Amino acid sequence: MAEEMRIVLRNYGKIDPLKIDDYLAQGGYKSLEKARAMNTADLIAEVKKSNLRGRGGAGFNCGMKWSFAAGAQADQKYVICNADEGEPGTYKDRLIMENDPHTLIEGMAICAYAIGATQGYIYLRGEYPFLVSTLNTAINQAKEKGLVKDFDIEVRSGAGAYVCGEETALIESIEGKRGEPRFKPPYPPSEGLWSKPTIVNNVETFANIPVIIEKGADWYASIGNPAYPGTKVFTLTGDINNRTFFEVPTNTTIREIVFQFGGGIPGDKKFKAVQIGGTSGAFIPDALLDTPVAFDSMSAIGATLGSGATFVIDESRDIVDVATRIAGFFEHESCGKCAPCREGTARTAELMEKINEGRGSNKDVTLLEKLGTVMSYSCLCGLGQAAPAPVLTTIKHFKADYEAKFV
Amino acid sequence: MDYKEIIAQYDGKAGGIIEAYHALLREFSYLPEEAIAEAARVFKLSTAEAYGIATFYSMFSVEARGKNVVRICESAPCHVAGAADVVAALERELGIKMGESTADGKFALEFTECVGQCQATPVITVNGKPYLDVSPAQIPAIIAEYK
Repeated sequence: MAEEMRIVLRNYGKIDPLKIDDYLAQGGYKSLEKARAMNTADLIAEVKKSNLRGRGGAGFNCGMKWSFAAGAQADQKYVICNADEGEPGTYKDRLIMENDPHTLIEGMAICAYAIGATQGYIYLRGEYPFLVSTLNTAINQAKEKGLVKDFDIEVRSGAGAYVCGEETALIESIEGKRGEPRFKPPYPPSEGLWSKPTIVNNVETFANIPVIIEKGADWYASIGNPAYPGTKVFTLTGDINNRTFFEVPTNTTIREIVFQFGGGIPGDKKFKAVQIGGTSGAFIPDALLDTPVAFDSMSAIGATLGSGATFVIDESRDIVDVATRIAGFFEHESCGKCAPCREGTARTAELMEKINEGRGSNKDVTLLEKLGTVMSYSCLCGLGQAAPAPVLTTIKHFKADYEAKFV
Repeated sequence: MDYKEIIAQYDGKAGGIIEAYHALLREFSYLPEEAIAEAARVFKLSTAEAYGIATFYSMFSVEARGKNVVRICESAPCHVAGAADVVAALERELGIKMGESTADGKFALEFTECVGQCQATPVITVNGKPYLDVSPAQIPAIIAEYK
């Protein structure tokens, strides 16, 4: 039986987030001290060896990313925390910031030391205005106690643009521009904020860092799935008995998340599908539920781990209607910079509405498949590349539901 | 404070135009045309660029709207939790349709995508403050807090 394991949420409910002494009493900021006693090459090697991979969705080796910025020559470098969690059904980063802001600050300060940065930013989604003061209080406390030394952190608020979760769009937004993704390369570790080497990591990624430094890379690498070790926070929504959150090792299966931790489906209804990773995630049928949630296992079944959002729907739901709503989301959130996404999301939404209203046919489904495939490799950023996934996977696994709506 | 004083507080802050827009929003609930022109001057952008930034982000409005901005989440978790019934209750209570403002200038009613409170759907926010597990029956009392 799978068990919960709390690393990033280790202090949840145990400390007063506004009291730095509570965090210090749990051993807080000792990892920063330990990191600063190491030379930066050894520190980065340790993070690399832990095999911590980015928790924002792309799954890149964190230590490797840091090494690129550390090796870049520049008069200024930046550390940015991506706190723009906008994936519908996701609130894990809020949990961390709301309950343990210092773990984030400590993780960022360790990164700043490793790459040689003195300025950090937390890009906080505009929907969390109540967290601005929590974060600023924590930053000021760490500063006053001299814990973060010359490292400054400023909180910047987003303003309701899903695409700003993409790291280069986020950087554009901090620079005070429209949050449109940049062409890559160059990647942010070589040219990021104001063209300087920049590390952008997710809140959950940074929250892992102090524990990795405290307990060592080998300890961390041994937890969960070896290719994507550690834990992951899952937030459960939709038709599920326990609409709450869990932090579990990455070798936990989707079935365990839904039926053991989630407590299964309310009432006497049967499971229909689960969408993992946020609204851009694949819809997964019952037959694939024994897949471990780790990054590569999910890729192998044509799904993603993404943010860990877990949206469950029961047999009574109209899955075509849900996919239509999601297509509307992407039409709204496409930034419009590249044509495949701007046009593709609009046409996908149009075709989905047509089918959903009973005016569609198999021809429309074929068009959706073709359009989705083209978007998945031709869109500029992850938004457009992932947008077709809910449509394509519902067509793949629930074709009969589409056929039932044909003219 | 008038708009010039608000914007002046962010003068010299790199990339600070978005923070200035947030501050203007807190005061006026939208971005008046003359404030956008002033922001363009302070941050050394063309008026078109400053306008382009204002219209890119869904929280910024370039049109006058009600003082208290009521938003309802229409993302999938809220959608399946009965958001449509809450929308109907809001429209009934305020006597306006989604996307409109009340004639007295007190309320604006808008859709939003996920606001990150999915443990308790459906969710509405008023001026950024979340209300959780909202049922249509609770709407009159929530709105009354801002009357």
